Amino acid sequence: MAGLESTDAQYRQNPFKRNWLVTGSWLVLAGYLVFSFNAMGLTWDRFIHGLGIADQLMARMFPPNFSRWELLLSGLAESMEIAIIASVVGIFLSLFFGLFAARNLMPNWVTVPMRGFIALCRTFHPVIIAILFVKSVGFGALAGILTLIVASIGFIAKLFAEAIEEISLKQVEAIRATGAGFVSLILFSVMPQVFSRFIGFSTYQLDSNLRNSTMVGIVGAGGLGGTLFSAFQRFDYDFVAAILMSIIALIMLGEALSNVVRRIFN
Amino acid sequence: MNTVNYHWQRFTLTQKLSRYAVYLVLVMALVLSIQTVEVIPEFFFDAPEQMADLFTRMWPIDFAYYPISVHGAMIETLNIATLGTLLTLIFAVPLALMNANNVVASAWSQWIARFFLVSSRSVNSLVWALLFVAIFGPGIIAGVLAIAFRSVGFVGKLLGEAIENINMGPVEAIQATGAPWLSVLMKGYWPQVMPAFFSIILFRWDINVRESAVLGLVGAGGIGVVINDAMNLFEWQRVSIALLAIFVVVILAEIVVVNIRKRLI
Repeated sequence: MAGLESTDAQYRQNPFKRNWLVTGSWLVLAGYLVFSFNAMGLTWDRFIHGLGIADQLMARMFPPNFSRWELLLSGLAESMEIAIIASVVGIFLSLFFGLFAARNLMPNWVTVPMRGFIALCRTFHPVIIAILFVKSVGFGALAGILTLIVASIGFIAKLFAEAIEEISLKQVEAIRATGAGFVSLILFSVMPQVFSRFIGFSTYQLDSNLRNSTMVGIVGAGGLGGTLFSAFQRFDYDFVAAILMSIIALIMLGEALSNVVRRIFN
Repeated sequence: MNTVNYHWQRFTLTQKLSRYAVYLVLVMALVLSIQTVEVIPEFFFDAPEQMADLFTRMWPIDFAYYPISVHGAMIETLNIATLGTLLTLIFAVPLALMNANNVVASAWSQWIARFFLVSSRSVNSLVWALLFVAIFGPGIIAGVLAIAFRSVGFVGKLLGEAIENINMGPVEAIQATGAPWLSVLMKGYWPQVMPAFFSIILFRWDINVRESAVLGLVGAGGIGVVINDAMNLFEWQRVSIALLAIFVVVILAEIVVVNIRKRLI
């Protein structure tokens, strides 16, 4: 037993030691929660009161009312039109913007302003961009299309640029050695390496545009969002439930379709 | 000498046909959309003029308005984003555990979790905000809940994937000591998931800062209320100071997130 006694209990370390930095962060977090709840007047009474109203709201939402299905269908169609046009135009523009923002193919004086422009497109939420477009082109689908084009550029062009920066330059050199021009260089050495990732990003963006197209209508930029917002303001909660269910169905359908497309192009 | 009468092709015939079918459907959808969408061309050609008009109204930026109401609203926006991100953990962590098949090996729990995650993601945060404004009345509580409910799907899905990707060795070692399930979770799963967990949370917080800036348009608190009021009064110079404040805060949030993430990972 001599060998065992040498490890005294007081020298034995707990394998799961308390980390004081972590404990301290939890305390700071708890302090923040108490402070912010006090500062913003969030009280338990109000929450309980709200739960009662939620009960009434649910009772009024179900069963959903599909009687105004023409309105629902036309809004749904407009949302899809906005999403499709905006995705096609946005992705097409992003192809060029992404290429111009790729640091391994373009000189600095092209990439730096292009990256700044792409970052600017990404900074503002689509709803804020939609407000500005509604002011400049009026209510309707056009404002929604332009908004989603800007949102697509902010997201897709950045991913395209990153994908292009990760390619192998050997194939570019091989094609260049044949004396090919710039366009052939892009088409035959860059595109084959990044095409399947482009398809992945593009289907993702189509999904995301479909979601957003049901929302930009809230500020008047066309699509089902406008119908939803006015149903809310008229307290037609059963129609609201019908609209929400159609939106969820549309988005699930969109996801299923983009999975099919992704499988075809892999 | 036999000749090679086989021509190399990159794709099989089925692959080619299915690809062409996708292109065809896409073009048809585009043509159909352009034909049926209601766009008034006069508005389109008028756009540059109207845009210039908008910017002249926004200029000069009304900096004097910042301390009056923009500053407080901006702090409120950050609070909505942070509280919403914290609140989402209460729902997202159990759903992520249910969704990960190496924690709960049951198809039922996975389907239930997936249903909640997908419906949370399908409904936009503005629509969640509309619902919660109808329930709790206008104000910050609706904003916090809208952010929380929208984030559940995102955080739950990514966290569930992170849990599924861990190495099961340490978990089995702890289970072999006879530890209760809470200890298995805290000492077996948690240390491996921790870096992914914090990076997902930070990423979502960054998105939530952007989203909480617009929730006020439907009455759910934050800087959106200031923008909405200023727009209704045609005070475009006040709109521009609010937009500038959002721009600065979003950039700062991104810088903070990038720096914290660099230290964590």
